[in-house]
Amino acid sequence: MCDVKYCISETAWCPGCGDLNIIECLKAALEQTGKKPHEVLVVGGIGQAAKTPQYINTNGFCGLHGRSLPPAVAAKIVNKDLTVVVNTGDGDSYGEGGNHFLHNIRRNVDITHFVHDNQIYGLTKGQASPTTGVGHITGIQTAGSMNEPMNPLLVALALGAGFVARAFSGDREHLTSIMVEAIKYKGYALVDILQPCVSFNKINTFQWYSKRVYKIEDGYDATDRLKAMERSMEWGDRIPIGILYKNEKQTFTEKFDFLNGDKPLIDKTTPVDKIKGYLKDFI
Amino acid sequence: MNYNILIGGAAGQGIETLSAIFERILKRQGFEVFTIRDYMSRVRGGHNFIQIRFSSEKLLSHSEELDGIIAMNGETVEYHAENLKADGFIICDEEIKNQDLRCIRLPLKQTASGTGNTRTMGSVAVGAVLELLGIDDRETEDVLNAFFNSELAALNFKAVQGGRKLAVRRYEVITAAQDNNIIINGNEAVALGALAAGCKFYSAYPMTPSTSIMDYLASKMLDAEIVVEQAEDEIAAINMAIGASYAGARAMTGTSGGGFALKVEALGLSGMLEVPLVIAEVQRPGPTTGLPTRTEQSDLKFVISASQGEFPRMVIALRNPEDAFYQTVRAFNLADKYQLPVILLSDQYLADTTVTVKPFDFERVEINNYISGYQFDEAKPYKRYEITPTGISPRIIPGKNPGAAVLVDSDEHDESGHITESAQVRNQMVEKRLRKLQHLEEELLEPEFTGAADCDVLLLAWGSTWGPVTEAVNILNSNSDTKYGALVFGDIWPLPVRLLVEKAKKAKRIINVEQNATGQLASIVSEVTGIFCDSSVLKYDGRPMSSGFIIEKIRGNE
Repeated sequence: MCDVKYCISETAWCPGCGDLNIIECLKAALEQTGKKPHEVLVVGGIGQAAKTPQYINTNGFCGLHGRSLPPAVAAKIVNKDLTVVVNTGDGDSYGEGGNHFLHNIRRNVDITHFVHDNQIYGLTKGQASPTTGVGHITGIQTAGSMNEPMNPLLVALALGAGFVARAFSGDREHLTSIMVEAIKYKGYALVDILQPCVSFNKINTFQWYSKRVYKIEDGYDATDRLKAMERSMEWGDRIPIGILYKNEKQTFTEKFDFLNGDKPLIDKTTPVDKIKGYLKDFI
Repeated sequence: MNYNILIGGAAGQGIETLSAIFERILKRQGFEVFTIRDYMSRVRGGHNFIQIRFSSEKLLSHSEELDGIIAMNGETVEYHAENLKADGFIICDEEIKNQDLRCIRLPLKQTASGTGNTRTMGSVAVGAVLELLGIDDRETEDVLNAFFNSELAALNFKAVQGGRKLAVRRYEVITAAQDNNIIINGNEAVALGALAAGCKFYSAYPMTPSTSIMDYLASKMLDAEIVVEQAEDEIAAINMAIGASYAGARAMTGTSGGGFALKVEALGLSGMLEVPLVIAEVQRPGPTTGLPTRTEQSDLKFVISASQGEFPRMVIALRNPEDAFYQTVRAFNLADKYQLPVILLSDQYLADTTVTVKPFDFERVEINNYISGYQFDEAKPYKRYEITPTGISPRIIPGKNPGAAVLVDSDEHDESGHITESAQVRNQMVEKRLRKLQHLEEELLEPEFTGAADCDVLLLAWGSTWGPVTEAVNILNSNSDTKYGALVFGDIWPLPVRLLVEKAKKAKRIINVEQNATGQLASIVSEVTGIFCDSSVLKYDGRPMSSGFIIEKIRGNE
């Protein structure tokens, strides 16, 4: 049955881990897109969240730490028919892979980037991540994290990302609906998904998030970039979840006729005679 | 006949264009041309020079002795007059005050002004040299039209003609019969090879001296339908190429040593995921930034062992532009066949040197992707890493086979691509990956042998020194009783050993000739075969090795 239906296999995540909800929501969202598992590519780097491709029966690419975006965008560029989804963590996306995060927003390839943001490094057992709050004590940051946490949504908005959202792993229905919107969106879509790490983050717990998150109200104008920036800076007692910003932009593929035609690039044959003609450049 | 002309000046004076025009004119007359470029890592000023050697016979190498100099500034005369033959000439502007009696001071600038644009001064100088050498104008206009828009081409043609009137014919150069060649450098040949091989994705970060591969590919991006993407860094570049290749496009990345250092972890990713990848590593002298615009062969031991862990890889050292073209095509086929990274090892000498060669034979280009099919069968799910006798698992394209998921993981994985920590599976997978190498070794190309078949002195070399070494062996054999031979490696890792062992047995002396300070090939040869070199000819000043240099060192050792 797993040839046509999405299936999730047994995971190595802790009971109560936010990843367990996220993968269920991913499955539900992919089902709603109507794509079959073999038409989907899930990409991860290294980390706990990055193991997502291991547990779902789509195509999967588990690459290097911090390097989830480069292979994901390239796969999409050469095969526009693939639905490409990145599932990886805050360390992978914003720390080790920070440069790729910045520049792939600029590149605007039609992929979806789900960041499982638990504000901590899980796989390496509890060090500060780029989104860890100031004062958060860890085994390395023994006097509390000194660095200002990164605001990924504000960064994404500053760089001109066309789809910027935040979700919470504890609200499955809401998370699934945002995932569907993000996957449908034509272009780079960022969803920063707040999730508890039950083993290594004793501060930003399920209760901590539950108390603070609120859904962005109906009637909010998601096309206003400045408003979105304002909303992205809301953090503390109240944390907005929902689509902060959404606007149409030309995708990487749409910028090139040869990529945007009927066939994906991988199905085009090499024009040997044309290439042979390039010898005249050297006469 | 054989002439060697140097054109020198400061960065920004248009030396590069001037030389490209001059060598094209010579080539169109039917001459064989061999041009080296010596430039500094700066945009303005400094001293750059280009040496154009031309002949009616095939040329294998540059040479240091000069027949003529075109000096666009005074420094050019100061720096290079010592290499000029006693009866050589220096063409320079009348304002250059130099006591060298070989100087022919001409009103180059004034003549250029007369055309309405002083930037045509180089063309005036070319005209003067063409006249001096007795070479006619029949191709000049056409060549200029290939480099400039029609207005500038006309202006420069006028400048060439003006220059002709300034000089007096001194040589009677014999014009070769018919020009059937192309003139191309190593990087352009790699780029053309990649296009011919059906490469559809090239991602790189600019780094001298590799950038002109990307330049040429980018110039064909829309026409040949190849994605050429400037990545945010070298790490992105190689990870993108791996992603594109995983998804079914032939993909390549290119860099020099420093960029390769950044790509190292992902080199292992290609090996572990068994995703085909072609990487051009165009060497320059290191360590670190080193000499950015100069040449060296000092990354060999680095590229054969780069990245943690053990995995199969292949390294092909490129010897000349023809080799660069055909081996690039072959690299794509081998990468696909064995599902591993193939490194094309070049260097600045090959990358920037333009040589006349026969047009590449596209009949020899074969593309084989080795892509398998898969029909869904519940009892037999697709397994990306199926254990097979050859170690090569059936590779399919994600998205093309319903019911089949292509799962790859940088963690150790089982046949289906799932993470494993099983000791038994680990052993099976290590052995499967390395088994591919045994099969690859069966189709390695032996090094090219040149010289006397039963040689007393055997030279060992690799890559771009092929030309100078071959020329040196020819010259040594023509004026010595000692018989010389050379093995020049192209396929270099895994090291092909059959011919090496055979020739080494008979030779009385073995000398490694390498453009590095530590003799890296000699080290690898001794590690793999137990054969030790008796002495070395090494060069590590960043300047290319000429046949003259090799001969001098070998004779000095006798």
